[in-house]
Amino acid sequence: MLKAAYEWLDKRIDITPMWRDIADHEVPEHVNPAHHFSAFIYCFGGLTFFIVVIQILSGMFLTMYYVPDIENAWKSVDYLQNEIAFGHIVRGMHHWGASVSIVMLFLHTMRVFFTGSYKNPREFNWVVGMLLFFTMLGLGFTGYLLPWDNKAYFATQVGIQIAASVPVVGDAIATFLQGGEIVGAQTLARFFALHVFFLPAALLGLMGAHFFLIRKQGISGPL
Amino acid sequence: MSEKENQRKPGMSRRKFLTYTIASTGGFLASGVLFPMIRFAVDPLLQKGADTKFVDVGPVEEFGKEPKSVEFRIKRKDGWYKPEEGEKATAWVQREGNEILALSPICKHLGCTVKWEGGGHQEQFYCPCHGGLYTKDGINVPGTPPNAPLDMYDYKVENGRLLLGAIKQRGGA
Repeated sequence: MLKAAYEWLDKRIDITPMWRDIADHEVPEHVNPAHHFSAFIYCFGGLTFFIVVIQILSGMFLTMYYVPDIENAWKSVDYLQNEIAFGHIVRGMHHWGASVSIVMLFLHTMRVFFTGSYKNPREFNWVVGMLLFFTMLGLGFTGYLLPWDNKAYFATQVGIQIAASVPVVGDAIATFLQGGEIVGAQTLARFFALHVFFLPAALLGLMGAHFFLIRKQGISGPL
Repeated sequence: MSEKENQRKPGMSRRKFLTYTIASTGGFLASGVLFPMIRFAVDPLLQKGADTKFVDVGPVEEFGKEPKSVEFRIKRKDGWYKPEEGEKATAWVQREGNEILALSPICKHLGCTVKWEGGGHQEQFYCPCHGGLYTKDGINVPGTPPNAPLDMYDYKVENGRLLLGAIKQRGGA
């Protein structure tokens, strides 16, 4: 039944080459932990992607209950965590996944750095990777405010003060981030928009470019 | 794999075995990730409705043969939102001696609000959305959109005061 449905679709839109291209793509020996166990360091990029998938999924589900408003944000988080089945698990996935994704991203960056994989001809992919890094930090920063508890409020207060210390444009950046004169209702609304629309869109686009380039240029050679 | 090899080694091929192993491991991991999220999303389907308490809506003598609309407040928790004063509800109440009929104003067609003698319809409940009509007893008029009579509130009388409770459905007419 499943096979018949697949064949029906394949006959019309020829999907086999699409996944075959990925499934049959050979992993070089020096990055395969089955050959050299130390090659596990090459897994961190894939693990970062795996965590990002979990972040996107759990985040999508969290927005089913979350409300980005200063009156209700904390109450809705409290409700979804304590009164909805598996709420603590789904929020926990997003909460811990946020930290784990930064850790994996960092380890991946270290691996690329110490294996010299950023060198010619892969400099541009390093740049895309750095943009991904800052996008992820932005996601972490904006997501931190959303529960609207004390920690969230003061972390954002501090983060915006740091941004305000930038020479010349600092105050403009702070006002832009705050959406007003204080960290308040407008800050929460725009941090929500940045966290669930703008930054994930940037992240997906950059990840697409990152993966396209790695396939185009191939994994860097052994040390 | 050639025919000959297939005959020599009966049973599952290595390729098939690996496919099944990888698919089931991947499926197990994916379900571990997706199960909590889906259960989280469908939680409203599995939650029980709150019990409805009886609410005092005024002295019984206030109501007569003519349906009279009475507004009252019921306590209901709407997620994290719990209005202090409760949620607004309306009933059309009529009384003949000791017989009380308290009708829900929610149209049985698609949930709009009906009004006694609304839109100039004498001796009928009228729904403005699609022209649904009900008799004074709340029975839907054939040929108009609703296919069931208006719901009734449970009621009791205590110390000469009328108390309304849960909404009860009646069979189709």
